[in-house]
Amino acid sequence: MVVYSFYVINRSGGLIFSYEHSIPKIELEKTFSYPLGFVLTPGDKGVVVQFGQRDGIKVGHTIIAINGVPARRNNIDFSSAPPTATANDDEPPTSSLTNSYDIIEYLSDPSHYPVAIKFGRTRLAGNEKLILSSIFHSMYAIACQLSPELNSSGIRELETDQYKLYCFQSITGIKFVALTDLKQTNVDALLRRSYELHSDYALKNPFYSLEQPIWCPLFQQTVQQAIDLLERTGSPYA
Amino acid sequence: MVVYNLYIFNRNGQCLFYREWLRRKQTNMSKEEEFKLMNGFLFSVKSFVQRLSPVDLKDGFLSFKTNCYKLHYYETATGHKFVLNTDNNVGNIRDILHQLYSTIFVNYIVKNPRASAVDVIDSDQEIFIEKLDEFISNLSIFSQTNKA
Repeated sequence: MVVYSFYVINRSGGLIFSYEHSIPKIELEKTFSYPLGFVLTPGDKGVVVQFGQRDGIKVGHTIIAINGVPARRNNIDFSSAPPTATANDDEPPTSSLTNSYDIIEYLSDPSHYPVAIKFGRTRLAGNEKLILSSIFHSMYAIACQLSPELNSSGIRELETDQYKLYCFQSITGIKFVALTDLKQTNVDALLRRSYELHSDYALKNPFYSLEQPIWCPLFQQTVQQAIDLLERTGSPYA
Repeated sequence: MVVYNLYIFNRNGQCLFYREWLRRKQTNMSKEEEFKLMNGFLFSVKSFVQRLSPVDLKDGFLSFKTNCYKLHYYETATGHKFVLNTDNNVGNIRDILHQLYSTIFVNYIVKNPRASAVDVIDSDQEIFIEKLDEFISNLSIFSQTNKA
């Protein structure tokens, strides 16, 4: 029973609160020899595996580090790294000056092998969460429109093979969204509880302006407590 | 339990087939527009689910529920999308959608030399429509209220 994350979306689709409770860290480091066997493409979050799943590395994973040096999106800079990592390479003097490479070019050179590459799932960045919450806002509205039955609400529960998304919309139009694994029960109670907490700790806070992001530490704390309680006892109420 | 309607899309997003058994609310747009909206909607749900996921997904999006209907989604490796709307009490019907694809769609559209698996299924494919109706109405989730 795991609650992955919790979001609050305002009436116009803006994300006003996000809390990551327990996002599993998916990272794998392996040493590879030439040729690599993956099809890699540069993306806006880094170099992504497009084809060639093996050894637990899946399509969609990005390169996080090479030989222990963290990647900077599509580039890698070894000059800040400890000299042992690159000392054995017979590099031409020009590149040893900069030591900065495009990752795909670096990995296509056989002389750089064997190489230890760390792959992983990247976490959602702040901007991405904003985008996804406004996408969800419109998905919610379209789900009502495409309904075959009268008086339908928007999406309440969305199921995938690995996780479930629950959404509760208050009468005032604020959406409370929780991401959980498939086994978690009583999530609706958690969302109603968080609505109460929102009214108590966010709305009654004199420094909070409506529809704006919530920066109330008490709201965050109480939401966290409610989620912990739900995971332990099956109910968000103490 | 009630079965409302079925959409079949090809991988280009064209609606190959639409059938409704019971539908109390029509959208305020033409059918063509509605198919486009549905396909675009499914496309964004699919990418949304992938991007939001905290873990690696296998099948991805399966279904969603509102307060009065449930949309079931099944996509084959060839990109054919099967969308079946039922009421909320229906559980996981992935195997039923797979069966609908493998026994009805494959047998009466793919194996029919006069039909094409990627083009709109027109009304002269009577055998397909007949078999589909028979298949759906024999399901345990297809109840009396549906027939009335």
